[in-house]
Amino acid sequence: MPAVSKGDGMRGLAVFISDIRNCKSKEAEIKRINKELANIRSKFKGDKALDGYSKKKYVCKLLFIFLLGHDIDFGHMEAVNLLSSNKYTEKQIGYLFISVLVNSNSDLIRLINNGIKNDLASRNPTHMNLSLHCIANVGSREMAEAFAADIPRILVAGDTMDSVKQSAALCLLRLNRTSPDLVPMGEWTARVVHLLNDQHLGVVTSATSLITTLAQKSPDDFKTSVSLAIARLSRIVTSASIDLQDYTYYFVAAPWLSVKLLRLLQCYPPPEDGALRGRLTECLETILNKAQEPPKSKKVQHSNAKNAVLFEAIALIIHHDSEPTLLVRACNQLGQFLQHRETNLRYLALESMCTLASSEFSHEAVKTHIDTVINALKTERDVSVRQRAVDLLYAMCDRSNAKQIVAEMLSYLETADYSIREEIVLKVAVLAEKYAVDYTWYVDTILNLIRVAGDQVSEEVWYRVIQIVINRDDVQGYASKTVFEALQAPACHENLVKVGGYILGEFGNLIAGDSRSSPLVQFKLLHSKFHLCSVPTRALLLSAYIKFINLFPEVKATIQEVLRSDSQLRNADVELQQRAVEYLRLSCIASTDILATVLEEMPPFPERESSIMAKLKRRKGPVNQPSPEEARQERERERSLNGSAEHKDGGATASKTSLYPSADLLDPTATPPSTGGSLLVDVFSDSLHAGATAPLDLAPANATVSNENFSRFICKNNGVLYENQLLQIGLKSEYRQNLGRIYVFFGNKTSTQFLDFSSTLNVHTKPADPTIDAGAQLQQILNIECLEDFSDAPVLDIQFRYGGTLQNFGVMLPVMLNKFFQPTEMEAQDFFQRWKQLGAPQQEVQKIFRAKHVMDTEVTKAKIIGFGTALLDGVDPNPTNFVGAGVIHTKNTQVGCLLRLEPNTQAQMYRLTLRTSRDTVSQRLSDLLSEQF
Amino acid sequence: MQFMLLFSRQGKLRLQKWYVPLCDKEKRRIGRELVQTILARKAKMCSFLEWRDLKVVYKRYASLYFCCAIEEQDNELITLEIIHRYVELLDKYFGSVCELDIIFNFEKAYFILDEFLLGGEAQETSKKSVLKAIEQADQLQENIDFQMRLFPGVLVPNMASESSGLFQN
Repeated sequence: MPAVSKGDGMRGLAVFISDIRNCKSKEAEIKRINKELANIRSKFKGDKALDGYSKKKYVCKLLFIFLLGHDIDFGHMEAVNLLSSNKYTEKQIGYLFISVLVNSNSDLIRLINNGIKNDLASRNPTHMNLSLHCIANVGSREMAEAFAADIPRILVAGDTMDSVKQSAALCLLRLNRTSPDLVPMGEWTARVVHLLNDQHLGVVTSATSLITTLAQKSPDDFKTSVSLAIARLSRIVTSASIDLQDYTYYFVAAPWLSVKLLRLLQCYPPPEDGALRGRLTECLETILNKAQEPPKSKKVQHSNAKNAVLFEAIALIIHHDSEPTLLVRACNQLGQFLQHRETNLRYLALESMCTLASSEFSHEAVKTHIDTVINALKTERDVSVRQRAVDLLYAMCDRSNAKQIVAEMLSYLETADYSIREEIVLKVAVLAEKYAVDYTWYVDTILNLIRVAGDQVSEEVWYRVIQIVINRDDVQGYASKTVFEALQAPACHENLVKVGGYILGEFGNLIAGDSRSSPLVQFKLLHSKFHLCSVPTRALLLSAYIKFINLFPEVKATIQEVLRSDSQLRNADVELQQRAVEYLRLSCIASTDILATVLEEMPPFPERESSIMAKLKRRKGPVNQPSPEEARQERERERSLNGSAEHKDGGATASKTSLYPSADLLDPTATPPSTGGSLLVDVFSDSLHAGATAPLDLAPANATVSNENFSRFICKNNGVLYENQLLQIGLKSEYRQNLGRIYVFFGNKTSTQFLDFSSTLNVHTKPADPTIDAGAQLQQILNIECLEDFSDAPVLDIQFRYGGTLQNFGVMLPVMLNKFFQPTEMEAQDFFQRWKQLGAPQQEVQKIFRAKHVMDTEVTKAKIIGFGTALLDGVDPNPTNFVGAGVIHTKNTQVGCLLRLEPNTQAQMYRLTLRTSRDTVSQRLSDLLSEQF
Repeated sequence: MQFMLLFSRQGKLRLQKWYVPLCDKEKRRIGRELVQTILARKAKMCSFLEWRDLKVVYKRYASLYFCCAIEEQDNELITLEIIHRYVELLDKYFGSVCELDIIFNFEKAYFILDEFLLGGEAQETSKKSVLKAIEQADQLQENIDFQMRLFPGVLVPNMASESSGLFQN
């Protein structure tokens, strides 16, 4: 028997529960339940005189049966009766039943709401709490309609008991999540913020959650919460561990509240007020310091609670992404956790470091832990931890360590769990492409991928390697040689046969000079795999054969013989048969000239986003709805699947189209962007220049254009570009030489779908997915090319329909000239020599201005690096000055730029000098950079 | 937090609390899927896992698993301590709580949870305050015949594991 149950025991219920537990089989259980249901039904239907206790007992039994997983379709009325009872325990059971078995019968809802209304008005705190719990648990629209107006009143009324305030706050939070449009904002909002000052820590705890939820949706209305939250947090972190009495948890002061306050602060940028910012920095430093103190208890609860606060503090530091010292400290702290004996901490440290890796200030610090992370990949016993290690390696990868990371991932892949293999394959493929300096390395890597994990290598991966080989003639010979060697293995993966067939069909001639890989040897090698392959691969091989006929007339007869055999010409598969017949015929009747034209080498593919990237994002991204880009990829994938082998199997495809114009066999990926539905937009493209002399003024004149966050992106590439009550626009961008790619994320902050959504960039391209679901995010990818130096930024025109009203506004995209910088390292001597060369008066722009922010050396350095130039140490004789150099890449020219920044801390002034070979560039860069200090 | 599930080593759901609206069918599917996933994990593995677009935090106490699903930005460690605090509350209320207490007094387990968490967020983290609220409610009860509360013969042999205290582990 369990320990004595407090409160009211219900003997009948206990007997029933033990009966059920004694049932030997599922059938026996169902029989017993049906018997009980019949009994309860008859009791409910029978003579009216059921007392409260019996009603409660039966309702409880029904609840138990429901929770066992059986359907219950009666008893609601009795539950509503209980809910209106004066006896607390009856009321409690009534509410529990209603909360668990939510019913949509409108008569019933009316009765329930009536009961709730009475209890809310009762001024009896226990009854009020029960009714608030019920509203919070059910959270339906009907309840929101009935009570959303009352609850704020209860929450801020002076005479409300603390416990009721707590319930009311979280009840309101739940209603706001489910039906935000029904929760009215009003004068109560200001008073809710002041609950952060409440004496009762329980009230503060509940209120903080509510304020966080509200602030996420309308940050402006709750701005004042920042200072109050910092003050509260500061009092908690500096308190002695016993000060907060029962809110101290295993010697940690109010851990739940601390975590919530830190979470609230993540709704806002760092405070602008210096004193407030200082106080917050102090809090964060104190939390980081505490992590180094010896533990006050050996209990895991102590360390968990302490570290929960620490991780949340680190999350805030990363969110602010503005204090290099804190970021580096956070990184070091996480570095310690990477080797902690607690698996949980290692897991979280890996996860948290992933986000740190994307901050410009801490990317280098994260990279120093590479060996530990690689070791984790090899030694962790828990697959979810290894998964985190893979993610972190991916996040910390850059040109400097790409070869090492890719090699480690490849070797891990040999033993990796099946659940994560596909993702690793995609990651390796992306990294290998992104950081390939030497494309032979790329080809080797992908062939290794196919060797180690052929089954997980999706089409995207092997299509991509072919695209790249076709586009880069410096690697074609090497690729042919490598696939030829790889195909020698007695058992090789079918994906390798596909890649091999395609590449040899295109470029086999490049290795045919060697007698060991003569045309006939190549053909025999491919054909030895033919019978082991699936139909799509065989179809691809047939296309490779016809290409061979063009490349190597000497094997024509051999191949024709193969094509002519019954197993080809009379193949049961229509596709194979058709190819065999057509190719044979083509080889017989066409002259060499025609053959050469029809079977010409494939033209280069247009450069565009790798579909592997899209696939990886689809797997991992926060986006539930496929973005338009992804949806397009998906459609293409389907189309290419339908066409299976027709999908790029050599020049034959292109020729087939001309031979049979009706056949839609053209590789969709080969369609030029202008006719395909690609999102590729050359913002500064020639067509634009041709059409309009001022192409950047094409934004609709009637819409307002927001540029409030524009200048924050001058030295940064990622962040929130725009936010209002409905929509948040986030950006991630990357630039290389004169090319850039911007990922734009549109987040629907409301619980209502946006309709007719469009986001266009001066030029109308492909319409974005026209709906964004409530709470969902949509992604758009923009490719940018800088044709010449410029000063105006493009405007993104946003339109959508929200609850019937059309929203229309423009947002200035933070594409500035300095984004196309490549940093240049140079010695002092070179620097001064060039400085002198750029001495013409129109080449120099100098500006003296007052400091707008604290003059911090580290921050200034980070900003100059963020601006895009290299920061040159030891060049300027005065060590407090900063000197930078870089080259701006445009399509046609490169502009070398030198800069010098001289701070004067006493006067709180700066002098900025820029010298470039073009006056317009000097001026523009000076304007951009001088706003940053 | 989106939901909390309690289940036994045999995979039987003992308590389920949902803070997001889902249909019964979906709830059952999620329950089955998570119970399977978690029971398949070894003892020393980490307490967190990615599941769909959520994070799952779980911990085992004696014969019972406590499992919470939280959102991307939520804090895993503090959720682990939410579980612990809930176990402490049950332990204090029932006096060395075991799985059987939760089976036979499931309604109490729900009431305690509602005082502690509401709408998926911590409402009151002080152990004293939560227990005070529950005990006040108990004192409001009508007079029940003592004999109705307790009776012999409920204990059956296969209950051994379920009757071991959650904190023994």
